[in-house]
Amino acid sequence: MAAAPKRPPLPAILLANDLLDGDVVFASVTAAGALAWTRDPTLALLAADDAAAARLEAYAVSEFAAQHVVDAYLVDVSIEAGGPVPRHYRERMKTLGPSNRPDLGKQAGDGIAAERRA
Amino acid sequence: MYRYDEFDARFVRERVAQFRDQVGRRLNGSLTEDEFKPLRLKNGVYLQLHAYMLRIAVPYGTLSSRQLRQLALIGERYDRGYGHFTTRQNLQFNWPKLRDIPEILDLLADVEMHCIQTSGNCIRNVTADHFAGVAQDEIEDPRPTAELIRQWSSLHPEFSYLPRKFKIAVTGAEHDRAVIKAHDIGLRLRRHPDTNAVSYEVSVGGGLGRTPMIGKVVRDYLPKADLLAYLEAIMRVYNLEGRRDNKYKARVKILVHEIGVEEFTRRVEEEFARLDGPSVNADPAEVARIATYFTPPTYEVLPAVSRVLEATKATNPTFARWVEVNTVPHKAPGYAALTISLKPIGQAPGDATSEQMRLVADLAEQYSHDELRVTHAQNLVLPHVRQRDLFAIWQKLGEAGLASANVGMITDIISCPGLDYCALATARSIPIAQAIQHRFADAERQREIGELNIKISGCINACGHHHVGHIGILGLEKRGIESYQITLGGDATENAAIGEILGPGLAAEDVPDAIERIVNVYVEARQGNESFIDAVRRLGLGPFKAAFQEVAHAVA
Repeated sequence: MAAAPKRPPLPAILLANDLLDGDVVFASVTAAGALAWTRDPTLALLAADDAAAARLEAYAVSEFAAQHVVDAYLVDVSIEAGGPVPRHYRERMKTLGPSNRPDLGKQAGDGIAAERRA
Repeated sequence: MYRYDEFDARFVRERVAQFRDQVGRRLNGSLTEDEFKPLRLKNGVYLQLHAYMLRIAVPYGTLSSRQLRQLALIGERYDRGYGHFTTRQNLQFNWPKLRDIPEILDLLADVEMHCIQTSGNCIRNVTADHFAGVAQDEIEDPRPTAELIRQWSSLHPEFSYLPRKFKIAVTGAEHDRAVIKAHDIGLRLRRHPDTNAVSYEVSVGGGLGRTPMIGKVVRDYLPKADLLAYLEAIMRVYNLEGRRDNKYKARVKILVHEIGVEEFTRRVEEEFARLDGPSVNADPAEVARIATYFTPPTYEVLPAVSRVLEATKATNPTFARWVEVNTVPHKAPGYAALTISLKPIGQAPGDATSEQMRLVADLAEQYSHDELRVTHAQNLVLPHVRQRDLFAIWQKLGEAGLASANVGMITDIISCPGLDYCALATARSIPIAQAIQHRFADAERQREIGELNIKISGCINACGHHHVGHIGILGLEKRGIESYQITLGGDATENAAIGEILGPGLAAEDVPDAIERIVNVYVEARQGNESFIDAVRRLGLGPFKAAFQEVAHAVA
């Protein structure tokens, strides 16, 4: 893996692509307090301070090494009613899907509805 | 159509098996991502924004019905029911899962297709004139040449680790429909004026991207028999001397530019003289064997003009317009080459659903000797259609939303996937194309404007060929928002030219207005039947810049 990317301004979330499926996933926290991946951007864990960001960075490194995800990096977000929203439009696309196909991607509930049922 | 021999078939199957094993080793941890990434790229697997992407090679853009049906099946079974035809005459799937890709590659191998060398620093899929073998202005079908190069360049041991990717295009016609001047090597079949022998004009160092350049001619008349030795000489000079210290200066165009075309040519000729031609050049028997696969189909003897077609056109102006815009004359009397537009107003340029692929495959089987083509402008071609069948084809296309009569028109926009899919993109392309299409949707208005090529790229890599668009649009990021730079005067044909920037970047919503201003300048100033690009050449950028500035100032 290349050198750790420069940490963005906080608050931030951690996103990546699932190795097997390629889907965009977000680091979230389970009821037990452990970190886990979710396909639902509204459930992304928010890192508001350096300690929380460092925890996400360490998770990115270990999950990459464990062959679970690729291209994991922190993204700075603003807090909106529906949850965290990436400040940069490129990463906003990642939380939504292709803008010309509202029937596809996370904006259409791809992978999210099934996760909620599970 | 070329058919795999036993060696080809075994070779592709072995590659699929290797990749299946590599995916397995990636998942069990014995390969790291850094080790695996080059392996997946060698098999056309990219990681994009939302998912993996699989790029499938369509050699020189030629497909059979069976192959297109298989692509439709893959799209349905392993993707989201659609695929995207690209400016390299390839097909990309946007949503395959890594776990499924070995299975997809097996399905491709079933129909003699693969994804080998659709990425990486190697010689990529060889492209060609989409009217190869049927165009009236053709000296010779370029596809036997393209197929020979495909075989020579597939896993060529010396040219698998080039400084950067390498793209070759071939045309056999006077009029360049393959954008050969924007390729690392562009080949044009032509007759020698003295001997009448069919030879190659060889251009090197074309390319778009960050530093757009038009290819320079290094050999006016290369004897056909010397093709591979000459290509080998070019590749050797590039492989040895192309820059490897800076990815953005690594293409052969930079080498040609830095040492000059004379010096580059001298080195190539020196290497060519040193090479043992007979040991490198293809065996004439093999060249002849390849050529037999491209023997034209047996055409019916028909009158030059179909009475049935003329009668139908007389009673149906919409159909008549479609025939006028989407067909070109054919070598064989009574036939036409038909372009099926994948640019219905408001759709992503170049996208086709699995249902549409099946329909086109059926039409190719029924009406076009089981053959079709992908064009670099992201449309499909039925190359051998009897004129009298055009009406039936038009009706069937209409039912599938594929009867747009806009080939070569302002709404026949080339567009890369842009930031809606692509990890490299700096801005979206597809919504810009859609907005322009909606603005100029009126058929009468399109007819009035005539031929006008708009080409859109979502980043400086220029997959959307914006530099050679009559109007080019490049999406960038400016201060955290998408910003679009407009260029004018590009040309993708034998009159190849790089467009010039008109002014400051615009916000997405202002692009259609700017395009409209530019078009209005042309409509008001044109003389007689003068085309848009001819008017731009005559008038220069001045009047267009002035009109563009009005938009730029209004929104600044």
